[in-house]
Amino acid sequence: MNKWEDNKAWFLVLPVFVIVAFSAILPLMTVVNYSIQDIFGPGERVFVGLEWFEEVLADPRLHEALMRQFLFSGLVLLIEIPLGIGIALLMPKKGWGASLSLVLMALPLLIPWNVIGTIWIVFTRPDIGLFGSFINGIGIPFDHTASPIQAWITLILMEVWHWTPLVVLLAYAGLRAIPEAYFQAAKIDGASAWAVFKYIQLPKMRGVLTIALLLRFMDSFLIYAEPFVLTGGGPGNTTTFLSIYLVKIAVGQFDLGPAAAFSLIYFLIILLLSWLFYQVLQNAGKGDA
Amino acid sequence: MNLEWMAWTLPTAIFFITIICILIAMTTWQIISPCVKRRGFIPLSTTRGDRLFIGLLSSAYIHLAWLGLTDFTIWIAFAFSLVWMGVVMRWG
Repeated sequence: MNKWEDNKAWFLVLPVFVIVAFSAILPLMTVVNYSIQDIFGPGERVFVGLEWFEEVLADPRLHEALMRQFLFSGLVLLIEIPLGIGIALLMPKKGWGASLSLVLMALPLLIPWNVIGTIWIVFTRPDIGLFGSFINGIGIPFDHTASPIQAWITLILMEVWHWTPLVVLLAYAGLRAIPEAYFQAAKIDGASAWAVFKYIQLPKMRGVLTIALLLRFMDSFLIYAEPFVLTGGGPGNTTTFLSIYLVKIAVGQFDLGPAAAFSLIYFLIILLLSWLFYQVLQNAGKGDA
Repeated sequence: MNLEWMAWTLPTAIFFITIICILIAMTTWQIISPCVKRRGFIPLSTTRGDRLFIGLLSSAYIHLAWLGLTDFTIWIAFAFSLVWMGVVMRWG
């Protein structure tokens, strides 16, 4: 087969390319166009150059929201990844127990994001919520609408409850894909459970953990619906993450130019961090990174 | 097709046309002379496409840093980015 025939397969990708062009590339181009103009309405716009970028980069509220976002994503990843691996290791390998565990694990993932926020509002209410009334019942005053620390704890718990199952399912799939011969060889060598985990299971899970880490990082960095419903960005601005702040600018104040500049900076941060995560994980253990 | 909603301007059109031209040129170059991964001053084995991505992404950050930290004209950052792109593509 010559090179031209081999490359004909690319035409099969064309429909996907067209869909991506309309759903991602054209909107991205529009955001770039908006970021250097003051948009008053359809057909009414003024070229302002890089003014919005300068304004957004100097905005202290953006810096604060960015720091909150890093802290939130960092905490969420630090909890979810080890917890997800731990649960996957403890799950039954076969039989009805395995099926039941998988179904239970998948349940939180099936709930729409805005409903998750509502569930946790009710769950943590100090008067009727199971969690809120229990915590208050043991003598700890709990009200996530008044205390920033408690708002953060509630958000982290909600995010961990909602998304750790994704890490569990991916890690479980990675563990099940390891051939039994590896474990038999380890058993013959008298390897400890820790050695099996460190030298067999963890390296063999690198691929799925890369996907889990990237998905969870991007998702937690883009989080909007759950904190919007649960805390609305409060108390004060203590849970105003980047996406909530962005929506305030774009929809609340209808400042499309600054919002577009903000979106591009947001996009560049996610692009860089995702690429770094990907490179570090792909090259881990190869002596390459 | 009415593209008024996209609010095109001359600078953004030039920017995207340049990016498209670079992608076409890189694809043609790859077909004519397929590249091999190599290691330069970037601590990774990279292809030409990787180096282009790294160069473009770092150039975007150079521009942002310039805008955020200085009051000088952005054209200095642009010139520096062009040199940086050349360095990454050749020795990266």
